[in-house]
Amino acid sequence: MKSTTRLELIGIGKRFGEVVANDGIDLLLESGEIHAVLGENGAGKSTLMMLLYGVLQPDSGSIVWESREVRIGDPATARRLGIGMVFQHFSLLQTLTVRENLELALGALDAAHLESVLRQFDLRIDLDVRVGLLSPGEMQRVEILRCLLQDMKLLILDEPTSVLTPGEVEQLMHILRRLAEGGCSVLFITHKLAEARALCRRATVLRNGRVAARLELAQCSDTDITRAMLGGEPPPPPTLAPMTAGEVLLEVRGARAALPGQHRGRIDGLDLQLRAGEILGIAGVAGSGQDTLVALLAGEIRPASGSLLWRGEDITRKGARARRRLGITTLPVDRLHQAAAGGLDLTANLLLTHCDDSAYRSGPWLHWRRVREAAQELIVQAGVKAPSAQAMARQLSGGNLQKFLVARELAGSPRVLVCYNPTWGVDPGAQARIHSALGEARSAGMSILLLSEDTEELYRLSDRLGALCNGRLSPQLPASEVDSELLGQWMTGSTGNAAA
Amino acid sequence: MKLEKRAEPSALMVYLSPVLALLATLLTGAAIFAILGQPPASVMTAFFIDPIRDFYGLSELLLKATPLLLCAVGLSLCFRARVWNIGAEGQFILGTLGGGVVALACNDMESGFGWALLVASLAGMAAGMAWAAIVALLKDRFDCSEILTSIMLNYIALQLLLWAVHGPLKDPAGFNFPESALLVEDLLLPTLHPDYRVHMGLLVALGAAAGLWLLISRSLLGFQVRVFGESSAAAEYAGFSARAILWFVLAACGALAGLAGAFEVLGPVGQVTPNLSAGYGFSAIIVVFLGRNHPVGIVLAGLLFALTFIGGENLQIEFGLPRSITQMFQGMLLFYLLAADFLINYRIRLPGFAAREARA
Repeated sequence: MKSTTRLELIGIGKRFGEVVANDGIDLLLESGEIHAVLGENGAGKSTLMMLLYGVLQPDSGSIVWESREVRIGDPATARRLGIGMVFQHFSLLQTLTVRENLELALGALDAAHLESVLRQFDLRIDLDVRVGLLSPGEMQRVEILRCLLQDMKLLILDEPTSVLTPGEVEQLMHILRRLAEGGCSVLFITHKLAEARALCRRATVLRNGRVAARLELAQCSDTDITRAMLGGEPPPPPTLAPMTAGEVLLEVRGARAALPGQHRGRIDGLDLQLRAGEILGIAGVAGSGQDTLVALLAGEIRPASGSLLWRGEDITRKGARARRRLGITTLPVDRLHQAAAGGLDLTANLLLTHCDDSAYRSGPWLHWRRVREAAQELIVQAGVKAPSAQAMARQLSGGNLQKFLVARELAGSPRVLVCYNPTWGVDPGAQARIHSALGEARSAGMSILLLSEDTEELYRLSDRLGALCNGRLSPQLPASEVDSELLGQWMTGSTGNAAA
Repeated sequence: MKLEKRAEPSALMVYLSPVLALLATLLTGAAIFAILGQPPASVMTAFFIDPIRDFYGLSELLLKATPLLLCAVGLSLCFRARVWNIGAEGQFILGTLGGGVVALACNDMESGFGWALLVASLAGMAAGMAWAAIVALLKDRFDCSEILTSIMLNYIALQLLLWAVHGPLKDPAGFNFPESALLVEDLLLPTLHPDYRVHMGLLVALGAAAGLWLLISRSLLGFQVRVFGESSAAAEYAGFSARAILWFVLAACGALAGLAGAFEVLGPVGQVTPNLSAGYGFSAIIVVFLGRNHPVGIVLAGLLFALTFIGGENLQIEFGLPRSITQMFQGMLLFYLLAADFLINYRIRLPGFAAREARA
């Protein structure tokens, strides 16, 4: 088919207060092209797509759609032009069925048209099931279907694979290729190189809100692309010496639990043993029960049934502070609202998980001076870029805050650390630093439960590897014995979850 | 024109904004008086200066500041925890009832008035605390917005007070006025000086402000309140019980507001009347914001607000202006304070400004 220019962005700029999110971005997209938009978290990818979908308005520059300059004032205008978007967080109503959701957006459905679209793209979707019961991958397919039914000419997908298992990723790529063959253009936003390579010929790399490079992917090595994304050399991975795991420190037996008021993400009959001197990596798509497991181990919630043992002693009823005194620390995924209080300074945030240390408190009275000194020490020792210990947590970049929080949790030599996505949205330098901190802690005999959605990270660090799916845990095998196919099966729950 | 969030609000302006709001209030007030055909300078003098020209005036200022401060200290604790208790007024009214009932029961005693005074004060605290506990219970069990429940309880408290003074508490010898009997002299709080009405409640209020400072800045409990206010998820993560903090701040505020109410009955008023509270519980909310939620600031703001109460009365006497001048000044002050605070967090961008900047 004849390729024509579908979309051209010229000098797009957008700022939020002092922060420049997009600066002079040019981008050319042909019809039927799948174009990758690559960049680290915070590079400005999502902002650019919001501008394109009419959620935000650019401060400068122009959008040329099919040779005509357009102003996209709102998403409805974008849809009328033929621009559809699949969000990172889905916009479906959970209590309605798939069909009802589609009708809500599109009006009455033409059954023949629907049937042909489903067949054409090989979409397997049960139309009469409630959306709340679907897996994230299935929900995404519903969103895509909703766009397909409107005969879109451009589909924007923002980090579409972060909630998918390896198998579902394959399925998504299959759909997108079909779509492109039919002439629809696709903007595929990702920070994962392998996916961009598998799907796209050309890529635009963003860094700090600017176009850092325009690449023909076939002609670039991974290092070239990473260098463009990071603006420097990628940090070397830490090397972990093999270790024999020691005694069982923490044990979970048949735990069932849910976060208060939440139906999704419950854990359902989970057994787990954590040994001294090992990193147990747990894969899983978001919402498989990770948050619940972290809260359960932290002592924030009690299991509905089952028990927790600390070196053989039952600690099921012990609260968070009592567990921390035993040496169990946790680092939940929400950095600014849970693991830290964004509006408090670093000193107060150090005290958050150390308020029972005798050095910082006598009876009801706090020794702020000592806490402040300790926080200052931690900042220096962990290489945190912060003006002082009086800086508010939310003033720090994600990577710097996370370095501080990891150092905080490792301070006072705990025995167990439970962390979830410890390097999510963190710059590569901080990621390397956090990885080596975790590696050192493990080599010093600590036990680390690493829940992560980043399989690369899991393979790099884990001694043993398993996966969570629908609140159930797969078997946990030495990482070298788990290939990505098996891990994918565990993540989708297709085998092995009978182990509980 | 559009609004744009500032990256980081200026720390200096956060403390300057009450001063700016006060200046703007004074200017607007002067303008309004001028429009009303009153000489602005002399009205403003009568409002803000005359009431405190002598020691008696100052003592009256401190007397008015006492209930304001007690309510404001309690509210400050709630607001630190982001528990938006708007119910200090109702808790104050319950305090007048609790204190009043006990004091009236002791009115005919021969001796032991000291103890009666103490018990009446404690009864006021307990009544205020119980009223606040309803808010805590509804929030804790049913997740009801404390803003709505505490406001609604204010009205219920007022009706309760009106019922009491029209019914069981009405003075049989009071010519059918809706008021209780007057308390005997011995049942009133000792004054700080025989010539003035200001009583030892002032010391309690200042002590409460000092206690608040100690609690918030030095104690683990105060730290827990602050963390909870910033993020309840962080508090749960740290192992601080969100429920316990909710109950604590509401109970403490109810107790202090209730004590303020009891002190009014046991102090300057000396009986239970339908309009015991001149809106102290509401004004105290503005006092907390004007005082930047800091104990020292609250004391200063409390004194300023006490002045608007007395100044309003003064204008009524000297210029025949309506007493609602007080509320007008309080309202303007809050309006300008909110405006100033808003502009600390946001800036206004005019169209064309960004473009000009880009070209530059």
